[in-house]
This record gives sequence, structure tokens and C-alpha cells, in this order.
Amino acid sequence: MFGKHGTSRERMKERLRRADEAERRPPNFAARRAALGLMLGAAFLSVVGASFYRQVLEHEFLKNEGEKRFLREREIAARRGMVTDRNGEPLAISTSMSTVWADPQRLAGHMEAVPSLAAALEVPPESLQARLDTYIRDDKRFMFLRRRVEPQSADAVAAVIDQYGLSGIDMDTEYRRFYPGGEMFGQVVGFTNVDDAGQEGIELVYNDWLNATPGKRRVIQDGRGRVLEEVEQIRPPTHGRDLALSLDRRLQFLAYRELKRAVAEHRAVSGSAVLMDAHSGEVLAMVNQPSFNPNAGRTEPVEARRNRALTDVFEPGSTIKPLVLAAALESGRIHPNTPVDTSPGFLTVGRNRVRDIRNFGRLTATGVITKSSNVGVVKIAQQMEPALLWKTLQQAGFGRPTAVQFPGERSGYLPHYDGWSQFEHATVAFGYGLNVTTLQLAQAYAVLANDGLLRPASLLRVDTVPAGQRVFSAQTAHQVRRMMETVVSNTGTARRAAVAGYRVAGKTGTSKKATGQGYVQGKYQSVFAGLAPVDQPRFVMVVMIDEPRGKDYYGGIVAAPTFATVMQAALRLYNVPPDDPAGKLLLASAHGRAEQ
Amino acid sequence: MPGPDVASVSAAPAGGLFARLHLDPPLMAALLLLSGIGLAVLYSAGDAGSGQLERQLLRLGLAFGTLLIMAQLPPALLRRLAMPLFAAGTLLLLAVLLAGDTGKGAQRWLDLGILRFQPSELMKLTVPMAMAWLLSRRPLPPNAPALLLAALMLALPVLLIAVQPDLGTALLVAAAGLAVLFLAGMRWRLIALLAALAAAAAPVLWMLMRPYQRQRVLTFLDPGSDPLGAGYHIIQSQIAIGSGGTYGKGWLNGTQSQLEFLPEHSTDFIFAVIGEEFGFAGTLLLLGLYLFIILRALAISANAGDSFGRLLAGALTLVFFVYLFVNTGMVAGLLPVVGIPLPLISYGGTSMVTIMAGFGIIMSLATHPAFDARPSSAIR
Repeated sequence: MFGKHGTSRERMKERLRRADEAERRPPNFAARRAALGLMLGAAFLSVVGASFYRQVLEHEFLKNEGEKRFLREREIAARRGMVTDRNGEPLAISTSMSTVWADPQRLAGHMEAVPSLAAALEVPPESLQARLDTYIRDDKRFMFLRRRVEPQSADAVAAVIDQYGLSGIDMDTEYRRFYPGGEMFGQVVGFTNVDDAGQEGIELVYNDWLNATPGKRRVIQDGRGRVLEEVEQIRPPTHGRDLALSLDRRLQFLAYRELKRAVAEHRAVSGSAVLMDAHSGEVLAMVNQPSFNPNAGRTEPVEARRNRALTDVFEPGSTIKPLVLAAALESGRIHPNTPVDTSPGFLTVGRNRVRDIRNFGRLTATGVITKSSNVGVVKIAQQMEPALLWKTLQQAGFGRPTAVQFPGERSGYLPHYDGWSQFEHATVAFGYGLNVTTLQLAQAYAVLANDGLLRPASLLRVDTVPAGQRVFSAQTAHQVRRMMETVVSNTGTARRAAVAGYRVAGKTGTSKKATGQGYVQGKYQSVFAGLAPVDQPRFVMVVMIDEPRGKDYYGGIVAAPTFATVMQAALRLYNVPPDDPAGKLLLASAHGRAEQ
Repeated sequence: MPGPDVASVSAAPAGGLFARLHLDPPLMAALLLLSGIGLAVLYSAGDAGSGQLERQLLRLGLAFGTLLIMAQLPPALLRRLAMPLFAAGTLLLLAVLLAGDTGKGAQRWLDLGILRFQPSELMKLTVPMAMAWLLSRRPLPPNAPALLLAALMLALPVLLIAVQPDLGTALLVAAAGLAVLFLAGMRWRLIALLAALAAAAAPVLWMLMRPYQRQRVLTFLDPGSDPLGAGYHIIQSQIAIGSGGTYGKGWLNGTQSQLEFLPEHSTDFIFAVIGEEFGFAGTLLLLGLYLFIILRALAISANAGDSFGRLLAGALTLVFFVYLFVNTGMVAGLLPVVGIPLPLISYGGTSMVTIMAGFGIIMSLATHPAFDARPSSAIR
């Protein structure tokens, strides 16, 4: 049929015949057939057995494993509470953002859509293209197209998806924290981490209040993590509560600007300023230099994050003198016109000497404040028992933390009178041997401003003013304010603190900077603490400039102008009626040599 | 040439449509049923709207067409074509090695202009044909020189395919050749010796393996060691199968595959989809259908008129069996992951055509009068 003709056919037939002969003596194939059957049977049984094991015996376990993979609990994003200033201006706000991701393999066939996609996401098309190429080449099935984009961008992406019929792109909502106050509020408001937990400042102190609890929902999701369907909502998201601070955005801005200028002008290392409501204890502005922008990445040096107004202490120096006078007045040992002889410009206490910068001769108690005489204030302090002086300073808030409970707040240092030597008794009177924070000093001056009542400092808006603690009488407070008013005069040490139209009281302080090795020559801390208007004070402000390195270092020159500018703006903003329509106008604009 | 229907398994009514088309009715019915099931499963497992189903239907048409054509070829022709086809196939393998197209990191394809073609696929048919031809020329069982020649004939294409590298196909071609040797009556002692040699060669083979191949073996031994990487396939397929339970989740309801947790769910791992959607009952029925096909084909082989037919039909059946066992064993976690599809059900082209061509040859052997109708001695 198909065989070749001729000899080859013959050969084949011959071969076949021989083969046939062999086949007539067949070997025993029964064993082989059995082996084949056995092999087939074993193979089928093992597959059937494995299936039985998985599908019948292990069914429940594997079914659970399977459900774990597609039935997932997912979070529902919740918004963290907003932090506002006292007037509702946002200082920390959570904005909903969209995160867009894709399965690069499913985009591979739609490269024509990449430019539109890049435009929607506001990224350079070539960089998106390059990333996509890399992911596609590496067989990756997931990539973020862009994290946390504006919701408008997400809408634009949705439009591109529709236009090109893309699949494999998905997005979800996340909240991102913004700080509209930027570096002006950086240290007070603080910031959160990526998990929306407070790390510093108000964000940390009031984390529990602001904190949002994400909701939970059970969803069906596919192998690439895309949510296909929501099965149930297990728990709705709980948004965080809003928080109104006592700060006034406008005053904070002003204080920040002025402090920054002063620190730069005097080439100082740092500075801080606190403006308080004299009546309620509310902090209206709290600024520091250097500062940082909480919106930027965490690249700033750590010390820039410090809220120096309450984490850094300094020796109050002469700014403590009004409080010493208040203690003496309250005890009845002196009255404002009590004569005090400060000749010959120094005073020997034990083996040490207290000096004035020059011999002021015979002064009144008021004059001791006006000229800031160390000798005079020591003589006054010596008429009081240590316990009395200590108690007044302690009640004014020194040596203990304020009520703001800010992270890293220092309580300052007020040594107990039990351990006071004669000389320590003297040095405390002119502000050495103890230290305070800027906020503590402002709070203590608020006692003078608030007719002797201490109202705890607050960073939150105070709607019901607390009763407060009486430190000394209203009369004493008023007398001390009158004394301090002379400081801001042509004969005082801080003419530059004057505010046109208002009577201002205050006190300068210029202390040598203490280090571990003692007081350093040429390093000063320049302070001005003051209040206005004198008779019915509305605001208290303390400005502290650390290590001014220019030619000036007196508190009256370095710190007082910042006080004046901010105080003036605050008085006008709050419509405080001028109490000195004409008198100080000339003084305020006058320029001249300043005294200590 | 209508002759006495000696060799055919006589289920077909003489002169019926099946007989005229040289088809074996039970086998044909089982194959059609299996293909239908395959389409239904693919409809569920495949990506909707991707055109997979249409393409698979087209391929099935092509595959059944090939079967019909092969069934018409008389065994004598197959016998004469065996060696030339083998030589041509081997040359093509060499050509692929030298000028092949790289697809997914391996050189398997030969671009013929109009169609890309995998010569290694062809070898799944020509190797058993050539070896059956070689061994049936002499009395069985074969003597030592014949065995040596056969072993060399087998080794050459297997090595050429293995270096592409295409482990799965090399395995199947080797299985085809070894099946012929086994069916021809190779001595047990020799089989034992070969097994011992294979065991001894395992470390050497390990050294020659590519890193991804080694990884597959290691992952098979302990899938938990890399649950997100190489072990993912194994774990996900276990879960898919197991979550089906006794009666399954129902057609189109297999969450693991529908939600894309199961990788390769329309190709190599489609057996897991069946396990998930139809449960143990479905698995059992499917394996039963496969078993029927294999037993029917083995019966045809046993009744074939001559050694060539018996060896060829038996070897082709065993290759089909190896396909089935390696795939289901892999999906059920009994064997390492090897890229071998579930025959006639997995989505994918070339192997389906080859398998159906093999069944075409088996049908031809079943329905054509024996080339040599005398009783023979290979396994019946």
C-alpha cells in the first residue's frame, strides 16, 4: 500500500517476518500491565486524596483563610479636630486629600493616556512615564501614582479614566494636616506625625481632644486590594473636636514680626515674647525666634521647635524689682515715697558688694524703680523677712509650672527661703539666684495688672474667667503700676516702651547670662516686662532677647521697642480708649540716650 | 479502504457517521464534554470582556479540526512519516536555539512570518512516533543496542528543549519517550538502574537548574517560607480548592478566583477554580471524566493491530496522563510548580492543538484496519 517497491519492500517484509517470529514468543507483560494500572491508580488516588483532604477535612480552615483574604476590615478616614485662634481663624486644619494608585500592568496598553494623567495629577509627564515604564518592566502590580493630592486632582483623574476607558486606577481619601499659621504659630500649635498623632505643642497636649477615631467598615476587596463592595459599616468615624486657642492671630503675627526684627537687628541668639490679657490670664500672643514651619518636612534643627517662652529660663534681673516693692508695700514697711538712701552706689552684704551703675544718692521707693537701683531694692528687701519675700514671689507663680501644661515647660527655680544666706536674700531682690520663663514673668506682671489677683495663664480661650488667687491688694498693685510708669519716662530706663496715647508701666531687665561656669562677661539677656494702660490695664507683655551681640544690650533699648510696637497695635485693635491723649506723644517719638 | 474492522474497539455502529469520519464515539463524546466543561469554567475564571472565551473557542475549533484530519491519516502513513518528522523537528529545535524569538525570557518560538510556532510542541508527537517506529521494527522486548539508540534519540530533543529553557515541555517529551520504552517492554532491571541513575544525577541536575527553577522546588517543599513571593501560588491555590468544600460555591461564585487572589486562574491554576466552584464533588467528576478518557485510549492502544500502533497510542495516552497528573498534582500541592496546563481546560493554545492531534492519531489507530492484523505482544 504505502511501502516502497522493489528490494526495500522485500527487506521490510523480511524484517517483519522476523519480528513476528519474536512476537510469537511474547514476554510476560502481565506485570507491566499491573504496574501501569498501579501507577495510574496511585496518581488518581493521590490527587483525589489531596482534594479530599483540602476540600472536606481542612475545608473550614481554608475557607476562613480565604475569607480573611477578601473580607477585610478597612478604616474610614476621620477628620482630626481643627485648632483655631480665639476668633475662629484656623491654625491647624485637616483637609481631605486623595491618594491615587494603579496597577501598572493594566495601564501598559494605554500609554496614550499618560500625558493627560500626568496633567491631572500635576506631575511632569516624562517622570510619570519613566516610573510607569520601570514598574511595568519589573512586573509590578501596584504603584502610587501620587499620594495626597488635592480633591480637584482626583476629579481630574476620574475624568481621564472615563475619557480613555482606563482600568486599574483606584483612589482613596486621606486627611492631611495643614498649618495656615506657618512658622508664626509653629512652636505653640506643634504638629502631628503621619498617623495624625500629636507630636509637639497643642497638637500633643490636646491630642485626645483633637484626635479622630477612624471608623471601620467590612468590605470585599480583590487580590490587588481594591474595594469592590462595602458589606457593612462596623463603626462610623468619629471626627475630632475643634479647639479654640486664646491666641489672636493678628497679634501673634505682629509680635512675631517685631520679635524677629529685634532679634535680627541686635544679632541675638534667640528671643521670645508673650502678650497676655491682663484680666483673664489668656495668652494672646506667644512667639519665639528662631522658629520653624510645621508644614514643611521635619528638617529644621530640633532647637527651632522649642517653645522658648516656656521651655527656656533666665534670671529675671531687674524685672523682679516691682514684685519686691509690691511685697514691701503690702507688708506696710514702706510706701511709695519712703526715702531710700542709695549712697555711695554700693552696699556691703556679708562679704559681697551690691552695686548700682552709679551713685543715685537719696531716692524714694518709686525712684528705686525708676532708676532700677540695686542698692535701694536690697535695702527695701532687707526690711522684710525672707519668708515674706519668698511667699509673694511664689504666689506670683515663680518656681512652679503654669497651668498651660505644655510639653517641655520648665517650672523655673525659686530657692526656698530656709536656705537663703544674707546675700541670697539680697540677690533675689534684684533678680539673681532664681530663674523664670517668659510666660511666668508675664503671668506675674499680670498679677500687678489685675489688681493683685493671679489668674492662671491659659493657651485656650477662656469663656468663664476663674476667680483667681489674691497675691496682694488692689491698692498695692495700683501703687506699683504707678511706680513702674516712671520707668517709661524721660527720667526712666525705658522711654522707648512708650505708646502714643496710652500710659504705660513696665520694667527693664538686663542680666548677665549665667552658664555652668558662672556669669559670662559680655553675654546678656535683655528683658522688658510691661503693661498698659496703667490705671485699667488691658494687656501685659514680656519681651526677652537672649544674647544681643550688637553694641546695645540694655533691656530698655533692645526689648522695649518691640513691646511698644506690639502693645500699641494691640491697644488699637481692641479699641482700648486712650488714657493719655496728648502727654506721651512727644516722648514716644523722642529719641535719645537710654539709661539702664 | 473499508476492511474488516478488526482493530477498532467496536462500539461504533458500522457505517455510521463516526465510523466514516474514523472517530471513536465514546472517546469523542468524552473529549467534547470535557471541552464544554472547560469553556464553562473559563467563562467563570477568565477576565470578562477580554475576549478570552472567543479565542479559546477558536482554538478548540482548530484543535478539533486537527483531530479530524489526524484521524483520517492511516497508521502506515504515520509510520512512514515518523522519522522524517522527527528529523525536521530536531532541526527546528536547533533553529530556535540559534534564531529563536524570546518570549518571557526563554527561547521557544520560531517566527515563521505568519505565525509564531513552538517546535518543541511538535516533538510531543514526533518523539513517540519515531521511537515507536524504531522499536517496533525489531522483536519486542528491545535488545540493548536498540534501547541505546532509542535513548539517544530521546535525549537529543529533550536536552534541546530543556536548554531553551522549557522544563515543562522537556518533561512531557521525556515522558512520551520513556512511555514508549516502558510499553515496549524494557527490562525491569534496566528501569531500576535508570531510576537509580536519575537519583544519583539529581544533585547534578540541581547544579544545572536555573535559580527560578531551584526556587520552585524549595518553595514546593515549604510554601510558607515565602508566602508573598514564590509560595503565593501554592498557598492561594490551596485556599481556593479548600474553600470550595464538598459541593463548591457554585459556578461564577468562586471568590478566590473571581477576586484575583488566585494567580494564573485561567491558565495553569484553573483546576483550583473548579475545586472552589464545584467542590470535591466537581473535582471527583472531572477526574472521573479524565480517567474515562485515559482508560478508553489505553483500551484502544491495547487493541491496536501492531506494535507501532500500540506503542504510539499508549505513549500518547500516557503523555496526556502526565499532563493531567502534573497539573492537578501541582495545584493540589503534591508536586512543585511546573508550567503545564490542565489539558483541554486551561486557557492557552499550542498544547491544546497538540493534545487533540494526539487523540486524532489514537482515533486513527482505533478505526483503521491494522497494518499488521496479527496478534501482537505489547501491552494489551
